[in-house]
This record gives sequence, structure tokens and C-alpha cells, in this order.
Amino acid sequence: MRKDIITSAIGIVVLTVLLGIIYPLFITGVSQVAFPGNANGQKVYVDGRLVGSKIIGQNFADIVYKNGKPEMSDGNPVTTPDPHYFQTRPSGTDPADNDAATEFANYGPNSVVTKAALVANIQAYIALNGKYYPGGLTAAKIPVDAADTSASGVDPEISIANADIQAYRIAAIRHLSLATVDGLISKYTLGRGLGFSGEPGVDVLEINLALNRLSPSTR
Amino acid sequence: MTFLGWLTIFLFVGLLTAFAIPFGSYLAAVYTGERTILDPVLRVPERLLYRILRVDPNNGQNWKQYAKSLILFSLFGWLLLYFILRTQTLWNFTGLNPMHFHSAPWNVTFNTTSSFMTNTNWQYYGGETTMSYFSQMAGLTVQNWLSAGVGIVVAVALVRGIVSRGGSSIGNFYQDMIRTILYVLAPLAIVYAILLVFQGSIQNFSGYLTAHTITGLTQQLGMGPVASQEAIKMLGTNGGGFFNTNSAHPFENPTGFTNFLEMLSVLIIPAALVFMYGKMAGNRRQGYAIYATMMVMFLGAVSVAYIAEAHGSPAQHAAGLHTAVIHGSTGGNMEGKEQRFGIAGSALFDTVTTVTSCGAVNSAIESFTGIGGAVPFANLSASEVIFGGVGTGLYSILLYVLLAVFIGGLMVGRTPEYLGKKIEAREIKLVSLGILITPLAALFCTALATASKAGRASIDTAVAHGPQGFSETFYAYLSQANNNGSAFAGYTGFIQPNAGNLGSHGITFADLLGGFDMVFARYAPILFALAVAGALVGKRISPAGLGTMRTDNPTFVVLLIGVIILVGALTFFPALLLGPIVQGLTPHLY
Repeated sequence: MRKDIITSAIGIVVLTVLLGIIYPLFITGVSQVAFPGNANGQKVYVDGRLVGSKIIGQNFADIVYKNGKPEMSDGNPVTTPDPHYFQTRPSGTDPADNDAATEFANYGPNSVVTKAALVANIQAYIALNGKYYPGGLTAAKIPVDAADTSASGVDPEISIANADIQAYRIAAIRHLSLATVDGLISKYTLGRGLGFSGEPGVDVLEINLALNRLSPSTR
Repeated sequence: MTFLGWLTIFLFVGLLTAFAIPFGSYLAAVYTGERTILDPVLRVPERLLYRILRVDPNNGQNWKQYAKSLILFSLFGWLLLYFILRTQTLWNFTGLNPMHFHSAPWNVTFNTTSSFMTNTNWQYYGGETTMSYFSQMAGLTVQNWLSAGVGIVVAVALVRGIVSRGGSSIGNFYQDMIRTILYVLAPLAIVYAILLVFQGSIQNFSGYLTAHTITGLTQQLGMGPVASQEAIKMLGTNGGGFFNTNSAHPFENPTGFTNFLEMLSVLIIPAALVFMYGKMAGNRRQGYAIYATMMVMFLGAVSVAYIAEAHGSPAQHAAGLHTAVIHGSTGGNMEGKEQRFGIAGSALFDTVTTVTSCGAVNSAIESFTGIGGAVPFANLSASEVIFGGVGTGLYSILLYVLLAVFIGGLMVGRTPEYLGKKIEAREIKLVSLGILITPLAALFCTALATASKAGRASIDTAVAHGPQGFSETFYAYLSQANNNGSAFAGYTGFIQPNAGNLGSHGITFADLLGGFDMVFARYAPILFALAVAGALVGKRISPAGLGTMRTDNPTFVVLLIGVIILVGALTFFPALLLGPIVQGLTPHLY
């Protein structure tokens, strides 16, 4: 029994050093040498300023000013979607999707709360894109990913159908041809893993940065 | 539904089987002491560890000694982890707490420690707002390895008990543990972690970054040593996310490729252990029969989940959304799912992690449709025998195999025998207790939590109305009893108003009930499985005769599936009716 206790106690300490310190340090070392960009979060800089991560979704919205000061709600500034940019998916992460803390929205399949959230998201999407889309938008025409909240709350991608609808608005506001915007969509669409796993999607931060490079003086 | 969706599912099954068969042979070599290709590299560190730990690998243990070592080892692991988590700020000198997080309260830490020791990884906390990098690495990552090891060695010990030809030894716990870590988990985890970084997972020690976005907002980006923890989290069927949103977070699971890889990595060891069993039993068909049983049930589960999720939810239809496949969108229930995984990649992932005790999620299970969400429920109700956790799955289904042999023996009127060993009253008593203890814990805790005011405090009343509140509660205790760890995540035992635990408090009732649920439902079945091993190990093997019931043919597979479904359904059907089935059968909104 005494020998057993000694072995167990030493075992836990030795294995903690081995698996809890040496193993992560080793992986960090290899990663930082072999794939430093990925290991540090695929940071994106514009003019030397960190603007986000290529694989983390963010909110492309403007702060609402009231009497010259940002309007606040629950300690966070109230924002409105910036029509010059492609918009990411709705998020359950609070505030918006710009905090390090991620969370699920946990909207149930049979819940009136879910329906209300969906209706609000649909109305916001129509208000933003409806007048630019030929023939106008109805709920039935909206791709599901534009109304449903993502899982991580920081989904970096939107579906191609979602991007195609927003393209009309972007083209009109930025005075670009629809073909130009569609070209960008194709360029920044990430394919399926191994050609079959998952779904293609448009990386929203990357396409927005490309738009800014194309027509910088939009604001 | 799409062609590529179904293709993903079938390619997954094919590749899994193709990898698991040779890996099973390798495992058999590891646990019978034969030479393996890694011997030249690993013999030296292995011997060194034996010397440091004062282990004599030739000293075989009987089941009681084996169990005693296992319990002591787990106990010390629990104490060290609790200590590390509760003294989080004490380790700031390492520089591995850049956000200066304080410790979570004692009750939440009790739950978390029990959770990681039992391979459950139920999380009331969000990693990026609660845990320092030091706690994640030296605390949680370590138990990701060790709890996986404990599961595997129990399965190996039970197999030895079944196939041995006399004696009383079922192996040496410490030797099995060290060989599991060095020969099985480590090589896979190292290669896998680096592959994850290659695809975009992060692995660093920097503080959280603040980005200034192009529209003038700020965004905080959580950082940390993610890939090293992610790799062992999936391989060891642990499932505890570095981030709150687990494998949905792009830093944990960045691409469709990693999603596929993560699913394979969850099932590879549980699947290979089944083939290992066939090899060690000297009759590979015994392994194939069990594998077929698991695979039939797995395919059923994933098909139902995919069809249900592709159909969309009542809430979506009520809001006027069309959920059919259109050009550029898969349609379906994308609520709580990531674009890069899609419907099939989410339905398959969550089936894979709920048939096993992994419990990682890449989408919000609470947002699954009623029927889609009933699949994780059903998987848990089958007591984690469809592949199951690493090791857990094999020892649990072997208990069911013995039960099926007993029932089959009664039906044909012969003394039940398995692989030539007589199954008698003592074994069947132990088997029955081992099988029934997990459902008992799950239902008892659910009843207690539903009936008490203290229990209802944990329900997320903002979103969970009507049957969903019951589903949340039931899932919480079912998941913890099965050491799964996935959640209808609205259910909480931790109120954390600020990142870093200042001003946070736990819900003691949910934290403690869940903690005991996990520990009891983990270690009681382990003891019964080891006791069965002890009861069988010394039995004489009588040669198979004409009247011997065969356990390696399709008839037996059907019998085994029948027994598993019957036990699961009889135990859980009434409770399931009240939650997910009500939600699945009605278009009514609550």
C-alpha cells in the first residue's frame, strides 16, 4: 500500500511535468518555427495596425453617435451595420462578436424566442439589402446562414448565396460593377476541406479588405 | 441534404475502418508486450519511467490490486488538479497567466476537477474567461491524457481477464498506463497537434490581442496553447474545449479538413481497440462482430441526425425561412452551426462526439432540431457502447456482450459460455450492476434537479421554455453520468459576470450534484468491469462444441443490438418522451 501511494504520487508529478509542461512547450516550439503565422492567429495588419484575424469573424459596424457622443447600451456602444461592407453572420456572442469571450446563442428549435430572433435578423437583413436586390427581398429568399446565429459567434465565413445577395448593395454603394464584386467573391471563397468536407464560404474580413483596396475613398 | 454530405459520412466510415484495423494490431502488440515499430525510440524512456516510479513491470496484479492502484492514481490526480486550479494566481510567476485570471470558486472547481479526472470534461466555465494558460496546460491537459489512459487500461485489463488461460494477473496498472501514454497517445498527439497548427490552430503564450477594426470598433482575440490541448482532447475522447465554444471556435477547428481530422481522431482509438480485442482473443471475428454492432447503430444515428438537421426547424419555418438546398447554400437548420462545416459536417461531428464520451461540439446541440437533438440523447442512453470513450466503450460493450450471451444461453437452454468460459451467477450479477449504475445515476440526478428549486435555478429561462427546460436538465445529468461532457449549454452552474472570475459564484447544487454524478458513474462501472475481469481470469477454457452459441456471426450481432436498445429504451424512454421527443413531434413553439 505504501509503495503504491509513493508510485502514484510520484507518477502524477512526473507525468504533469512531462505532459503538462514539456509536451505543450515542444509543440509551441515546433509550431513557432514551422508555422509562425498560423500559430500566432493569422493576424491581419493594415498600415501597421492590427485589424483582426483572418479566421475570426468580426462585426463590420459603425458606432452610433448621439449628440456627439457614442450611444451606450449596457456599457457597450450601440452600433449599426456599415453598408459599405459585407456583413458577417448573426452572433450569440455578447457584445456583438468583438469580445474574446465566445458563447453559443442556444436558441432552441421550437422556441418563440428563436422565432423572434430570426424575425429580427431577417428584418435587419432586408432593411440593409432589400432595396438593392432586384425584385426586392422576402424572408423566403434569404439564405439560412444570414438569419441563423453561428455556433462560435465568430464565424469568419458566410455562404456564397448570402454573399451574392449582399454583392448588389456593395456594388451600388461603392459604385463598382456587379461583375467586379462577384469576381472578389469567387476569389475569397474558401473551398471544402480535401475537396469534400464541409461547405465553401466567403471570408468576410478578407473580401472587405480587398474592397477597401479597390475603392478606398468610400466614406 | 446533398450528395457531398452523404459522401462525407460514408468516406468517414470507410477511412475510419481502414485506419483502425492495422492500428488495432499495433495495440495488441503494445499490450501483449510484443515488439512494435516504436520500440527502438521508446524503450529507453519507458524503462526510465519504470525506474523513477519504482514500477516492476513483471509484477502482475490481481483485479483488486489493479483497482487499488487505479483509484490511488486518480485520487492524486484529482488533488493536484484541484490545487492547481484553486491557486491559479500563485503560478503567475511562470508568465502563463497574461490576463491575470483569478481562480474559479470552490464549487465550480470541484465540478471541473471531477469532470476532467473522469474523462467527462463537462464545463460550467468558459476557458477563455476563466483559465490561465498554466491551468489549461499543467492542469487540464494533463488529465486529458491521464483520464484517457485510465479508460484504455481498464478495457485492456478486462480483455486480459476474458482471454487469459489461468492465473490471477490482469496486468500491471502502472505499466499499462505508461505504455498507453508513450506508445499510443503520444505519437498520435504530437503529429496531430502540428497538423492542426498547419491548418490554422494557434499555439502561443501571448496575451490576448486587441484589434482595431476597419470600421473603428475594437475586437479582443483570445490566444493560448490551443493545438496541443485540442489534439489530446479529441484523441482521448475528452472534449473539454480551450474556448467556450469548443470545436466551433475557428482557433480550435479552423477548416473543413480539420473538422474531418478531428472526427477521425475521436473514433480511431475506440475503433482500433475493438480490433485489438479480436486479435488478443485469437479470433478476429469476435472483434468484427462487435465492430459491426457499433457501426450499424452509428450509421443509424448519423443518418437520422443529418436528415433531421437538413430539414430545418419549426422556428425557422415559422419565421418564413426556406430551408431547402439552394445555389450557394445548403439550407437546413444552420442555427448554432458554422458555415465551414455545414449541415453534414455538424451532424456527423456531434454524432461522433456523443456516441463516444468525447463531448466536444462544433455546433450548438441545444439548437439542433427536436429529432436531431434526440440523437445525442439516444447515443447517451445507449450508455456509450457505440464506440464509446477510449477504453470505456470496449469495456462497456463487453459487459453487454456477456449479458447477451447470458440471455442467448437462457433462450437455447444451455449454460452460457463466452470464448469457452462459463458465465455464471457471480459474473452476471457484476455485469448487471455495471450496466445499470450509469442510468441509475443519470435518472436519479435528473429527478432531483427537476424536482428541487435549487436544481431549477440552473435552467436558462431566457431561451429554454416548456420541454426545453427539462431537456437541458436531463441532458446535463445524462451527459455527466456518461462522462460525455457535451451540453445543452444553456444549463449552468457558474455565474460569471466578468472575465477573470472577479465577482463570480457557482451554483453549489448543480456543481456538486454533477461532480458526484460524474465520479460515481465513472468509477463504479470501472470497479465492476475489473471485478468481472477478476472473476473470469482464472476460469478454465472449455473447447467449443456443436451446441456452443456462436458470438461471431450476424445472429449474435442482431441479438446484441437488441439487448442494447432494449436496456436503453426501457430505462430512458419515459424521460426522453418528456423532452426531445415532445419537441421533435410538434411544430408548436414554446
